[in-house]
Amino acid sequence: MLELQNVSFQVDSENGQKEIIDSVNLRIDERFVAITGPNGGGKSTLAKLIMGIYKPTAGKIIFNGVDITDKSITERAQMGITFAFQQPVRFKGITVSDLITLASAKELNTSQVCNYLSEVGLCARDYVDREVNESLSGGELKRIEIAMAMARGTELTVFDEPEAGIDLWSFKNLISVFRKMYDKTNGSIIIISHQERILNIADRIIVIADGKITNDGKGEAVLPELLGTQSATDACTVLKNKVDME
Amino acid sequence: MALDKMQMNLLKTIADLEKVPDGAFNLRLDGGLAMRNNTENITIETKQDKPGIDIYIKAGTKNERVDIPVIVSKTGLKDLVYNDFYIGEGADVLIVAGCGIHNDGSEKSEHDGIHAFHLAKNARVKYVEKHYGEGEGTGERILNPTTEVDIAEGGYLEMETAQIKGVDSTKRVTRAVLGDKATLIIHEKIMTHGKQSAETDFAVDMNGFDCGAHVVSRSVAKDNSHQHFTSLINGNNQCNGHTECDAIIMDNAGVTADPKLTANHVDASLIHEAAIGKIAGEQLIKLMSLGLSEKEAEEQIINGFLK
Ligand SMILES: Nc1ncnc2c1ncn2[C@@H]1O[C@H](COP(=O)(O)OP(=O)(O)OP(=O)(O)O)[C@@H](O)[C@H]1O
Ligand SMILES: [Mg+2]
Repeated sequence: MLELQNVSFQVDSENGQKEIIDSVNLRIDERFVAITGPNGGGKSTLAKLIMGIYKPTAGKIIFNGVDITDKSITERAQMGITFAFQQPVRFKGITVSDLITLASAKELNTSQVCNYLSEVGLCARDYVDREVNESLSGGELKRIEIAMAMARGTELTVFDEPEAGIDLWSFKNLISVFRKMYDKTNGSIIIISHQERILNIADRIIVIADGKITNDGKGEAVLPELLGTQSATDACTVLKNKVDME
Repeated sequence: MALDKMQMNLLKTIADLEKVPDGAFNLRLDGGLAMRNNTENITIETKQDKPGIDIYIKAGTKNERVDIPVIVSKTGLKDLVYNDFYIGEGADVLIVAGCGIHNDGSEKSEHDGIHAFHLAKNARVKYVEKHYGEGEGTGERILNPTTEVDIAEGGYLEMETAQIKGVDSTKRVTRAVLGDKATLIIHEKIMTHGKQSAETDFAVDMNGFDCGAHVVSRSVAKDNSHQHFTSLINGNNQCNGHTECDAIIMDNAGVTADPKLTANHVDASLIHEAAIGKIAGEQLIKLMSLGLSEKEAEEQIINGFLK
């Protein structure tokens, strides 16, 4: 369904060009795919490239056989791609119910809006008319972001660290949200996550570090390797090198 | 007398009225009195010395509404009016004023309304004011509202003022004097487009012990329009004063925010916040990722901001 062919994303940095995503080749047809890897590895950047927020500096992105590399965010959204942000956006004056309604792209009555909110563990009555502004907590905002993705219910949904900032109790709900989503959309979910519990249930785990895919395969194969080494050591070596230098 | 369709539409836009209301009501049409209705507790009288009306609201009046819409539908009319509200002790009322200008001609039409509110002890008022202009003509549509507020001990006035559309030039002046434990809340919303200009000028004297003022202005300036926001809060006693000016700027528009705070008392606590900027890129991106076009996303953001 989704294919990245030699996708690169370069930015200008102080010391010349920096390759944030480096010639990534990837084909995703599985229902539930997790992307993980160290902080700063390029996961969110990859998601933004898929949604069209960034344009690749090289390579092609194919969605359901259509080359979407030059398509706008709006076009991709309408073709069936959804992206739940790592850092959801706040608005002044736009309410939770406004956003869920916009996401669903049709008129919703209050009880329909409330259903989506209940699915993500928010007491609907307290939230429908709240503005999505500074007054919402980080966890509340993340849940509303997930509710929006549910309301869209598109073929492909990319969640960027959906569990971050959400308390333990709701982890089960989150999983049930994913289940419901793919019952309804019959599509694929890509989850960027550092959470072992999420990685555990994925059909496939892709590890991204330094803008490259460093590991990719079934959960049983990738997970043990990952838990032993990966993220943790990376950060440590960096720190250690720094200390050694001083 | 009956109103024509255009006049009825203006009435709906500025006062949300589908028909002439049952409560206290005064309609001014093209510079003269068109309709009036008094109630047991609310009396509206025509001023003898100058154009305008006096509105008397009896002490203790509760849950009543006063509507005093103004419609200007002739080109070349300059209308000046003085409206004085006397709100009796402990009354709690809603006052809806608004002015709609329909100018199909080539000459300028102008309405300058000077509204004075005198709140007795513990009186509470919610005052809603909407300004709107329309018409195919080249004649300018000008609205210059002045609001003077005097709140006695324990009184409360909440003012919601909006200039929705189509006003070419406006100078909005608000002056308030607050007594002990008096509260003033103002929410202003303005949108300008084309070559319009809007000037807002607030000044609040916080004279009473423990009085509070909260003045918030939200505005959107599009095209080549200009807006100028001035506010002055004088904290002359132990008090809490807060003003906020939050503007979205688009195209080639210009916005100036000019806040001043003066504290003349050691327990005066005064805050001003001002922010001017274009629509945040990430807000547009979020809405576009829901399937909206850039233009639709922009509209949603502005509508929400001015809601
Ligand atoms: N627009 C940009 N311009 C310059 N550098 C960028 C830009 N976007 C991301 N980066 C850098 O690219 C790298 C990858 O960032 P990205 O946000 O994709 O990481 P991530 O894998 O999602 O990390 P995390 O786990 O912390 O969310 C980081 O070093 C980041 O600072
Ligand atoms: Mg990230």
